[in-house]
Amino acid sequence: MIRFEAVRKSFGHFRAVNDVTLDIRRGEFFSLLGPSGCGKTTLLRMVAGFEAPTSGEVYIDDQPMSVIPPNHRPVNMVFQNYAIFPHLDVRGNIAFGLRKSGLSKDEQSKQIDEILELIKLPGFGSRQADQLSGGQRQRVALARALIKKPKVLLLDEPLGALDKKLREQMQIELRSLQQQVGITFVFVTHDQEEALTLSDRIAVMSEGSVLEIASPTELYETPKTSFVADFIGTMNFFEGKITTSDGQNTNIETPALGSVHATTGGQLAAGSDILVAIRPEKLRLQFERPPQAKNIALGRMGPSAYLGDRSHLYVQLENRKEPVSVALQNLESSADRIRTPDQDVWLSWSPESVVLLPAQ
Amino acid sequence: MAYAARRRFDGFTIYAVAYLVFIYLPVLFLPLFSFNSSRYIAFPLKEFTLQWYEEMLNNPSLIEALLNSVKIGVAVAIASTLMGTLAAKAVTRYRIPGRGPLIGVIMVPLVIPEIIMGIALLIVLNLGGIDLSLVTVALGHMLLCVPFSMLVMISRMEGFDKNMEEAARDLGENSWGAFWRVTFPLVLPGIVASLLLTFTISFDEFILAFFLSSTDVTLPVFIWSSLRFPRKIPAILALGATILVVSFVVVTFAEWFRRRGVHVKTDTGV
Amino acid sequence: MANSALPVADATTPADNIVTRLRSWYLRSEAVRGFSLLSPTMLLMLLMLAMPLGVLFTLSFWEQEYLDFIKTFSLKNYTAFFEKRIYSKILIKSIGISSMVTLATVLLAYPMAYFIAFRVKRNKLVWLILITVPFWTSYLLRVFAWKIMLGYNGVINSGLKGLGLISEPLEFLLYNPTSVVITLAHAWAAFAILPIYVSLEKIDRSLLEAARDLGENAFMTFLRVTLPLSMPGVIAASLLVFIPTVGDYVTPALVGGPTGIMIGNIIQSMFGKAQNWPLGAALSVISMLTVTLLVCLFLWLSHIFKKHIA
Repeated sequence: MIRFEAVRKSFGHFRAVNDVTLDIRRGEFFSLLGPSGCGKTTLLRMVAGFEAPTSGEVYIDDQPMSVIPPNHRPVNMVFQNYAIFPHLDVRGNIAFGLRKSGLSKDEQSKQIDEILELIKLPGFGSRQADQLSGGQRQRVALARALIKKPKVLLLDEPLGALDKKLREQMQIELRSLQQQVGITFVFVTHDQEEALTLSDRIAVMSEGSVLEIASPTELYETPKTSFVADFIGTMNFFEGKITTSDGQNTNIETPALGSVHATTGGQLAAGSDILVAIRPEKLRLQFERPPQAKNIALGRMGPSAYLGDRSHLYVQLENRKEPVSVALQNLESSADRIRTPDQDVWLSWSPESVVLLPAQ
Repeated sequence: MAYAARRRFDGFTIYAVAYLVFIYLPVLFLPLFSFNSSRYIAFPLKEFTLQWYEEMLNNPSLIEALLNSVKIGVAVAIASTLMGTLAAKAVTRYRIPGRGPLIGVIMVPLVIPEIIMGIALLIVLNLGGIDLSLVTVALGHMLLCVPFSMLVMISRMEGFDKNMEEAARDLGENSWGAFWRVTFPLVLPGIVASLLLTFTISFDEFILAFFLSSTDVTLPVFIWSSLRFPRKIPAILALGATILVVSFVVVTFAEWFRRRGVHVKTDTGV
Repeated sequence: MANSALPVADATTPADNIVTRLRSWYLRSEAVRGFSLLSPTMLLMLLMLAMPLGVLFTLSFWEQEYLDFIKTFSLKNYTAFFEKRIYSKILIKSIGISSMVTLATVLLAYPMAYFIAFRVKRNKLVWLILITVPFWTSYLLRVFAWKIMLGYNGVINSGLKGLGLISEPLEFLLYNPTSVVITLAHAWAAFAILPIYVSLEKIDRSLLEAARDLGENAFMTFLRVTLPLSMPGVIAASLLVFIPTVGDYVTPALVGGPTGIMIGNIIQSMFGKAQNWPLGAALSVISMLTVTLLVCLFLWLSHIFKKHIA
């Protein structure tokens, strides 16, 4: 329902958004994810109407938005630092956009009460902005936008200022709110875990361009570029050359891991360079050589980090300077053995867990 | 660190207090001698008297000059605050090419010697066949007051979140509605300060008024012409004392208003 | 509100014609909207600043006979400046006096600004108000206050006499360049404090702590960190005091006496008793140019100096 067509935005010589064409579907929770300065906030602001594209067009429900100023667009925005009006109380803030709605005072009051219930702040109506905590202010900003019943809600890194526990709590609340209310959410964040938790689909951006749009699972398990693979979660990369490929199985020869067997859904040209990518949690660690494994490599145990529920280990391979990152869940307390470095360890992984990416 | 601070407490504080005395003392002599019964302004003091204040109030041309200054002051305050606010909004909320130089140009009247501005305006009016009057004085004052107003409003507007206005527009208001319902209440202290400051600047301004007025004079011009007559001086002292007290009160209000709520570390600091 | 399927409002669909396209362009261009807000002010500046200065410049090339202007181009006024030594002498003296005023004012103001920025923890607002308020009140009255203070039978003399410290009044107090310098230094005092204060206030306190941590004592920290970082404020203060002072004529007229005359008085007389407007205009142009040149020189020198110590 939101469509970007060849949208570009330049600030002077700086190209903030570079030829973006994408579609956001009705009712989905869509995230724009990327590092600082990648253009995601600019893109969001173009939907809201606070930035105009230098070229290209933004459509909402097939209506071009360039002639429509922000106050006439069917979208509402939750700003990064909430922008709660300090001179109005909570009720005043929430009611702000209802002035032109034609509703009676009673009707407005009723709706405000309902939405206060929805955001779980009943009775907060007469509080002033400086009497609210960060999380409360954020919910007021949400209520203020939602009471206008927009087609689309835009959120610009709304959870960035909150501490970890509160942020996780708000993430769950936001997700359930979206499903309850049923409108399209467009969410901007630089936190990939957050995007993975909340979204139906994610667009990963870098330097003004959209690199990939997919569901969280697709982005994590089967990324299409090395930037996305590295940006989302952690990834181990190994260079290699394809030896054989038959549409279902591919064999790659890598200096670091030796022979790698992968299952792929395509025919790849033998002899070409390829990047092998394996997630840390897909690597199995053993102290004896596993007899049955298709993919194995021998390495030396390096430093480890204990995180309570899991451990991160670094394994040094012979033909590779950078250690391989391995993530293990601490199921048994084999902690002692793991924490003694310089032992020989065997890594193994399944052919299905191998991701093949174009070489740099 | 506390130890070091306390050691230097004496030196700097003494200097600061002495400095304040230096700034205020000469000015305080005006009220002092305005109550003195002698026509000569010298020690030792004679008797306390209010006769000079009486003389001041019974002088019709003085009263007329006072009213002229008030009229001009009010008009200039309103007009320059209006323009200064619009200019401050344009400069802080929009990305305009050449923003820096534009601000510089608007600030130029603050650094040009007033005498040059005065005569330049005088020349233009003369060549254009426009007669000098209180209106021409008011226009000259606006040239001086708009930059001040803009400075005050810029520091106020930079102090709060640009997103507030965007939020208002996002929620359905057009630019005017957003300004009236959100920006205006928040910058109101700045507007009050600007009105008070520009009034004071105009009220006290001498050089431009001197060049741009004819028979109707403002109060400072009246004072200037009275200074050559030693007999009139004590009454002028009384007037001066009154003006000082009123200015002091007004400007204190203005500064208090202006700085209220704005973090002291503003960009302009003025 | 509890369940989905909310009735949502549609945006209005505008017709596609020249008006909407113009509107679209207007909305797209932030610069255009900004400029339209700025336009009344710019118009004022244009009419009242640019044009008059231009006319002033033009007038300097004309001549005056009694009350009429001879509107033919002539360099007579400018040659007069160089021929009659008195004009250039007074201009140089004015620059000298202004420089002294600037130096005195900035030197006196710096410790005060430092005090407010670093020593005052609470109530900074009060101090700042105390400093700025006298500045806003009548300049004329403040100069006059000095006149009555410095006079032969004035406050200082009569006071000192009354206290028995002197038998004869001090003559050097009034009607000479010194009194002009004192009066102007007092008048501009508050004005110089503010830019210096702003500069000092902006300095990141952790820089000073870092310097101490690296072994410098308080004085050297000031010299090597605080002072250089406050230079923009000092330069701003110097310019803000120097430039208007050169053209001042009120103070010299009231307290300067015959020896304390500055270029401003000459210019003013050209528009008053001497009735030679074009010459006055030419003198104004020359003064402004001189000041501009000096300012550029000053800025260039401080830029070099900055590079040298960096």
